[in-house]
Amino acid sequence: MLGKLTWDAIPFDQPIPMIASGVVALAILAILGWVVIKGYLPYLWREWITSVDHKRIGVMYTLLAMVMLLRGFADAIMMRLQQSLAFHSPGFLPPEHYNQIFSAHGTIMIFFVAMPFMIGLMNFIVPLQLGVRDVAFPTLNSVGFWLTATGALLINISLIVGEFARTGWLPYPPLSELAYSPGVGVDYYLWSLEISGVGTLVAGINLVTTVLKIRTRGMSYLRMPMFCWTTLATNLLIVAAFPILTATLAMLLLDRYLGFHFFTNEGGGNVMMFMNLIWAWGHPEVYILVLPAFGIFSEVISTFSGKPLFGYRSMVAATMAICILSFMVWLHHFFTMGAGADVNAIFGIATMIIAVPTGVKVFNWLFTMYGGKVRFQTPLLWSIGFMVTFIIGGVTGVLMAVPPVAFVLHNSLFLVAHFHNVIIGGVLFGAFAGYTYWFPKAFGFKLHEGLGRAAFWCWLVGFYVAFMPLYVLGLLGMTRRMQHYDVPQWHPWLIVAACGAVLIMCGIAFQIAQLVVSVRQRAQLRDETGDPWDGRSLEWATASPPPAFNFAVLPRVSGEDAYWKFKHRATGQSRLDEEPAYRNIEIPRNSATGFVCAFFATMMGFALVWHIWWMVAAGAIGAFATFIVFAWRDHDEDVIPALEVARIDRSNWAQRSAILGKEAAE
Amino acid sequence: MSTVALTEAHQGAAAGREWNGPAPKRIVTGYGFWIFILSDMIMFATFFATYAVLVGQTAGGPTGHDLFDLRNVAIETAFLLASSFTCGLASIAADVRSKNWFQLAMAVTCVLGLGFLTLEGQEFASLVARGAGPTRSAFLSAFFTLVGCHGLHVSAGTLWLLTMMAQVFTKGFRPDIQRRILCFALFWHALDIIWIAVFTIVYLLGSAK
Amino acid sequence: MTNGFDEAINDIDVAPGDEHADGGGVAQRVVGYLTGLGLAILLTATSFFVAGTDLVWQPSIPVALVVLAIAQMGVHLVFFLHITTGPDNTNNVLALAFGVLIVILLMGGSLWIMANLNHNMMPMDQIMQMQR
Repeated sequence: MLGKLTWDAIPFDQPIPMIASGVVALAILAILGWVVIKGYLPYLWREWITSVDHKRIGVMYTLLAMVMLLRGFADAIMMRLQQSLAFHSPGFLPPEHYNQIFSAHGTIMIFFVAMPFMIGLMNFIVPLQLGVRDVAFPTLNSVGFWLTATGALLINISLIVGEFARTGWLPYPPLSELAYSPGVGVDYYLWSLEISGVGTLVAGINLVTTVLKIRTRGMSYLRMPMFCWTTLATNLLIVAAFPILTATLAMLLLDRYLGFHFFTNEGGGNVMMFMNLIWAWGHPEVYILVLPAFGIFSEVISTFSGKPLFGYRSMVAATMAICILSFMVWLHHFFTMGAGADVNAIFGIATMIIAVPTGVKVFNWLFTMYGGKVRFQTPLLWSIGFMVTFIIGGVTGVLMAVPPVAFVLHNSLFLVAHFHNVIIGGVLFGAFAGYTYWFPKAFGFKLHEGLGRAAFWCWLVGFYVAFMPLYVLGLLGMTRRMQHYDVPQWHPWLIVAACGAVLIMCGIAFQIAQLVVSVRQRAQLRDETGDPWDGRSLEWATASPPPAFNFAVLPRVSGEDAYWKFKHRATGQSRLDEEPAYRNIEIPRNSATGFVCAFFATMMGFALVWHIWWMVAAGAIGAFATFIVFAWRDHDEDVIPALEVARIDRSNWAQRSAILGKEAAE
Repeated sequence: MSTVALTEAHQGAAAGREWNGPAPKRIVTGYGFWIFILSDMIMFATFFATYAVLVGQTAGGPTGHDLFDLRNVAIETAFLLASSFTCGLASIAADVRSKNWFQLAMAVTCVLGLGFLTLEGQEFASLVARGAGPTRSAFLSAFFTLVGCHGLHVSAGTLWLLTMMAQVFTKGFRPDIQRRILCFALFWHALDIIWIAVFTIVYLLGSAK
Repeated sequence: MTNGFDEAINDIDVAPGDEHADGGGVAQRVVGYLTGLGLAILLTATSFFVAGTDLVWQPSIPVALVVLAIAQMGVHLVFFLHITTGPDNTNNVLALAFGVLIVILLMGGSLWIMANLNHNMMPMDQIMQMQR
C-alpha cells in the first residue's frame, strides 16, 4: 500500500534532524494558525497563491529563496562547526549525517536559493523595465513557481521522512547508483530536481519570450536596460542547459529504478558520460546564476553614480559572448579524470578566454563610477563589495583553468574557496543589491539603511574570514568533504573559518532585523514618488508598489535610459504632461492551476521516491485533469474599467505633481 | 513624470521599422512554444550523444545489426510522414474554420500516430522477449531510452491531439484554441524531425555492417 | 493580457508555424504540404535504399545518410514548420540557429571528450585484473 514507506523512515534515534524538523513544523503551524485566526487565508489564496501577476510571483520566488537561504546556511554553519571540532575527534555529526548535510547545502543553495532569487528578481522587474503589463505567459509563470516550490518542499521532507543523498550536490555515479546508495536519499534528490527543473524551464521560456516579444513601443533591443539583456542571456542558457540536466538525471533514474546500464560499472555503462553531461549543464548553470547579478550591478552602479552605463554596447556584446562561450568550457570541471593533453589544453584556453568579456564588464562598471556623483548607499556598497570579491574569485578561477594547476588543486578546499568566492561574492551580493534596490518598488517603502550597512559589513568581513583560510587549507592539501582529520596544521585555519561563518550569521541576523524594523517604520520610509533612488529605467516611472496593470498607458520609448529623459523633460518644463485618455485594461484572471498542479506534482514526487505506484498514477491523472480544467475555462481575462484606472493613476499623478511643484519652488 | 509624460514623446517617429510594441498573442504563444521545442531538441541531443557514445558497449550481447528490422522502421516512417501531412491539413482546416475537415484530418492523424505506436510497441516487446531488453547492455539501455523517449512524445502528442479534438468539438475555433492548434502542429512536425535523426542514426547506420 | 496597442500594427514578425498572410488559398497551401510530403518521401526512400545497397562505395554510405537526413530536416522545416528566410522570420531562425549551435556543441563535444577519455583510459577489464 505505501511502497517502501514504513515507520523506520523517520530517524527517531537522531536528535538533530528530529529537533530541527520539530522546530520547523512548529513554526509552520504557528504561521498557519496566525493566518487562519486573523482571517488572512482568503486574502492569501486570492491575492498570492492563485495570483498570476508577475510582481506577486516574483516576490514569492524571492521569499522562497530567502527561507531556503536560512536552511542552507544552517547546514553551512553545522559543517564549519563540525570541521573546527573534528581534529583527532569524531566531532558532533556522524559521517552519514555529515554527508547528507554537505549534499543538501550545495543542492539547496544552488537550486533553491540562488536560482529562485534571481528568477524572482527577473520576474518582478523585467516587465516593468520593458514598460509592459505582464510576462508572456502569466499562468505558466505561476505553474513554474509552484513547481520550484515543490522541489524545495521534497528536499525538506527528506529531513524527516527518510534521508537525503550522501553523494555531494552532484550525484556522481557509481556512488549514486543503487548498488552503492540503496536508500531513498538519491531518489529525493533526483525527483526534486526533475520537478523543479520543469519549473525552471517554464520560467526560462517565459522570460525569453517576454524580452523578445513583449516590449513597449520604441523599446528596441539596444534601448533595453542592461538587466533585460542579462535576463535574455540567462534564460537562453536556461532553455538550452536545463534539458541536458533533465535528460542526465532521467538516465540515472532509469539506472536506479529499472536496472538500465548508463552509468553502471557492469553491462558496458560509462560513468564518465555522467560527468561529461552533468557539467555540460553545470557550467552554463554558473552563468545562469551570475549573469542576472551582472545586470543588477549594472543598474545599481549606473543609478547611484548618476551616469548612464559606460560602454553599454560593449556590455551587451560581452553578455552575449559569455552566453555562447559558457557552452564551450565544461571539461574544466574534470581536467583530472583522464582526458588527454590536447583536450585539456583546448578547454583550458577556452576557459581563460571567458575571463575576457567578464573583465570588460568590470572595467565598464569602474568607468561608470569614474567622474560620477557616487552615492554610497547600501545597494552600491554590495556592488563595490562584489567587484573586489569577485575579482579575487575570478583570478583564482583563471589559475585553476591551467590544467597542471588543476591537477594539484582538484577536489581541495582551494576549489571550495574559489566557487564560494564567485557565488557569494557574485551571485549572493548581487541578489542582496537587487533586493535592497528594488524593495521600495515592490512594497512602497525603503529598507532601513543603517541595518543594511551593518548586514553588508558583517557579510563582507565574514566572507573573507570564512573563506580565505580555505584557500590556505587547499594549498596545505586538505580535500573537501572531510568529516574528520588529524593534521594539526589545518586546525587553526578551520577555527578561523568557523568564526567567519558566525560573522556571516550576524549579517543574516541584521538582514532579518532590517526587514522587521523597516516594516515597523514603513511610514517614515515610505516612497511617495515611485522613484526613490533617482532611477533611470522604466520601473521607476510607475507608482510603488505598481498597480496590477503596471502602467495606465504604456510608455513610448525614444532612447536609452528611457525614464531619465522623461524625468528631465518634465523638470525642465516644471510640469507633467496632460492626462491621457484612460481605457479599459484587461488583465489575466487568477488561476489555481499552478498551485493545484504543484500539489499533484508533490504527491507524485513523494510517491515515486517511496515506490507507491497507485499514488503516482493518481498524481499524474490529477495534474492532467488540472490542465484540462484550465484549458476549458471560458474567460481568462478580467477587465479593469477606465474609471478605476483613472482613479488609481490620478493619485500617483497628483503625488508626483506635488513633488515637482516643491522642487520648482526651491 | 507619470506615465502620462511618457506617451507623447516623438509621436512622429513611428516611421520605419521601429519596434511597435508587444507582439500579438498568436506570435507570442507560437514563439514561446518554438523555444520549448528547441529545448526539447537539446534534450534529444543529450540522448543521441549518449547513444553514440554507448553504441559499441554491447557487453557481449546483440548489436543493432542483429536486432533491427528495417521493414518495420520503413512502415513506421511512412505512418509518421503521412500523419505530418494530415496534421498540416488539419492546420489549414482550422484556419478556414472548417470543423468537419479539422476533425477528419485530426482523426486520421491520430490513427496514424497510434499505428506508429503499435509498431514500436511490438518491436520493443519482441526485443524484450528475445532477451534484448534495456537491462541487457548499455547499448540497449541507450537505444530503448532514445527511441522510447520519442515514442513517449508521440504518445503525449496523441493525448494532446484527442484533447484538441474535444476542445474544438465543445468550444469551436476560439482564438486561444486556434493558438493551441498552432502549437500542437509545431509539436507534431517537430517529432518528425526527431524521427529523421532516429531512423538515420539508430536504424540505418546501426544496421549497416 | 492586453498589450495596449492595436494588434494589427505589428507586422515585423510571424509566428513560427504560420504561413505568410499572403500565402494564398486553401488549394495553394495543400499543394505546399503535398510538395513537402513528396520531397520527404523521396529523401526517406533514398536513405533506405542507400543504406542497403551494394552499388556505391561502402565508406561513403554514412556520409550520404547524414547528408540526406539533414536535407530532409530542411524540407520539414520549410514545408511543414514554415521556417523561412524571410525578414518576418528572423527571430524564429535566430532561435533555431542557437538551438542547433548548442546541439552541435553538445554532441560534438561529448563524442570528442569521451573518445579521448577512452583513448587514454586503460580498458576496464585490465583495471579489474590489476585489482585482483
